[in-house]
Amino acid sequence: MITRRDFLQWSAVTGAFAAGYCGSLTQLAAQQKITQEDLLRFDSKGTVTLLHLTDIHAQLKPIYFRPPDTNIGVGNFEGIPPHLVGQTFLDHFNIKNGSMLAYAHTMTDYVNLARSYGKLGGLDRMATLVKAIRADRGEDKVLLLDGGDTWQGSYTSLKTNGQDMVDCMKLLKPDAMVGHWEFTFGTDRVNELIEEMDYPFLASNVFDNEWDEPVFEHTAFYEKGGHKVAVIGQAMPYTPIANPRWMFPEWSFGIRAEVLQANVEKARAAGAEVVVLLSHNGFDVDQKLATVVSGIDVILTGHTHDAVPEAIQIGSTLVLSSGSHGKYLGRVDLEIKNGKVVDHNSYLIPVLADVVQPDKEMSAKIDEVRAPYEAECNRVIGKTDSLLYRRGNFNGTWDDLICDSMIAERDAELSFSPGFRWGTTNLPGSDITVDDLYNQTSMNYPSVYRVEFTGTQIKEILEDVCDNLFNKDPFSQQGGDMVRVGGMGYTCAPKQEIGNRISNMTHLKTGEPIDPGKSYVVAGWASVNEDVEGPPIWDLVETHIKSLGTVKLEANTSVKVNDA
Amino acid sequence: MELNKREFLTLSAGALAFASVAGTSGIALAAVEPTADEMIKAFTSGAAVGEGKVSLTTPEIAENGNTVPVEVSVESPMTADNYVAEVMIVADGNPNPGVATFKFSAMSGEAEASTRIRLAQTQNVIAVAKMSDGSFFMDKKAVKVTIGGCGG
Repeated sequence: MITRRDFLQWSAVTGAFAAGYCGSLTQLAAQQKITQEDLLRFDSKGTVTLLHLTDIHAQLKPIYFRPPDTNIGVGNFEGIPPHLVGQTFLDHFNIKNGSMLAYAHTMTDYVNLARSYGKLGGLDRMATLVKAIRADRGEDKVLLLDGGDTWQGSYTSLKTNGQDMVDCMKLLKPDAMVGHWEFTFGTDRVNELIEEMDYPFLASNVFDNEWDEPVFEHTAFYEKGGHKVAVIGQAMPYTPIANPRWMFPEWSFGIRAEVLQANVEKARAAGAEVVVLLSHNGFDVDQKLATVVSGIDVILTGHTHDAVPEAIQIGSTLVLSSGSHGKYLGRVDLEIKNGKVVDHNSYLIPVLADVVQPDKEMSAKIDEVRAPYEAECNRVIGKTDSLLYRRGNFNGTWDDLICDSMIAERDAELSFSPGFRWGTTNLPGSDITVDDLYNQTSMNYPSVYRVEFTGTQIKEILEDVCDNLFNKDPFSQQGGDMVRVGGMGYTCAPKQEIGNRISNMTHLKTGEPIDPGKSYVVAGWASVNEDVEGPPIWDLVETHIKSLGTVKLEANTSVKVNDA
Repeated sequence: MELNKREFLTLSAGALAFASVAGTSGIALAAVEPTADEMIKAFTSGAAVGEGKVSLTTPEIAENGNTVPVEVSVESPMTADNYVAEVMIVADGNPNPGVATFKFSAMSGEAEASTRIRLAQTQNVIAVAKMSDGSFFMDKKAVKVTIGGCGG
């Protein structure tokens, strides 16, 4: 059988293309030339290489992940990366339509390009690239840094409490990591897994509530390419707000810019020539942080799942945002002279799963950790005729399906689904497996509640969540997308202030406006409150998909955006 | 050796002098509570309030609105003829804006205090320092109180 890799690499020679296999001959002409060597081609600089992977969300295997069609920036961040999508993104970065980068970074012609280029990521492919770069540059020049949200997001990570990810990541030999969803495994499990790692879990901004002292190491030092490099870690600052605080009640977070500034100065005083911030703050938070804290050479940022092809420069700080789900390996090379970065080059390497040879050792380990669950993971629960995806500011089809499930299975009028940015994509015509279902729902607080909210309360909730997304001050943003609402339409004006963004709330079933004084039965999941009762979301969605057999979703036009 | 706070407290138990906290809340009065502006005017007797010298540290978003850590420090040599006399903290969006007034003397060594406060909603926390020469300085920080729960 001919694999897609063989096809991509050799079909040029034979000139035989399956008709209708992809969108156009131009695309094929571009992609057939792609080899692993092409992906790795890079204009090296100096003697220090930083490799960054972040927000893998427990995706050990290659996946599809459709980039957002809506990613609105406000205030100083309007119309600049990462708040560019589709054709605007391509034009800004001078990327050709139909090219490998167009496929990786945008949703233009997504389904066609996905069928042509195949899946992205896979930790075994990642391992191959990391090993190749280490071999090329020399291990003494390369730092591999894990930006966190590594342990959560799949069936196997849920069943093994993150053990599968810790065991596989060990083989990659990262030099440090930071965290966010890691904390939702609870204080004890986090400590237990950190014990097993032979690299540090860094956090400059996590303090214990009792003594107000740092919980984790804040900085790690390395000798790379003849230079002393300091890596400071930053956990997701709003973990206890965005996720259940009761799961790690001993710990307090926050941006703590003043603590970070002090740690940068300590690192310099200890002789660091390069200071790197390994951050789970989110791209906009880190863009602002670069203007508030001085002395950081490179911020490797994660959390908001933004993928920008190369580092942006803010003052003398480079900020690289390396996407999510294992789609990219971020690389920054630094040339250092007299304790200063004098030259650099950076790039996100798209991990085209059908082009990169899987690393044998990692493949075997992935098979081993999945073996007890493989049959269940591959169990087919339904089929989809529609493209199922999540990422985007307001809605995604996966969330439409989840919202429909809650309304149908919990006899609710409306439903809420959190605006998570993790979750993979199913192409039209594909099976929906248990793997796919848990890629959308895997978490430790999955109960589906059923409550009554008045129209006024629903508006307050929407306004509150919306302000966490569109507050003009990035330090007031939590990094998720807008809560998804089933059964209701509304208009959102991102540029307004809290209290004035949400209007025209309409009960879709009746076409009536939502009555401020009336109570509505609302079902939702992933509440941050303790002792929430209800069935886990995955059971509910599975029942619903089975009852549908084949998922067909209409385009969702229930949220209108008002640009004023 | 770097002495951490736990060790310090263990070593120095009993030897610590705490700044007095004059809480203004807690007792429900029939009278309407003064607003934050009115409290500041009463504290300063209407004198001009300068910017600078005062540093108020608060979280950008409260992890728990019922107990929000607040730290204040005021630049001052803290000598007999130049010291910080009092620092008043108010929360302008609470039903009862008064939080605390910390009193200092030259003997305090540093004008620094920390406490935890309850914030009913998103609002400004304001610290006003009264210096020994009768001048006033302030700092103001917005603290967001949110339902949370939707971080990606």
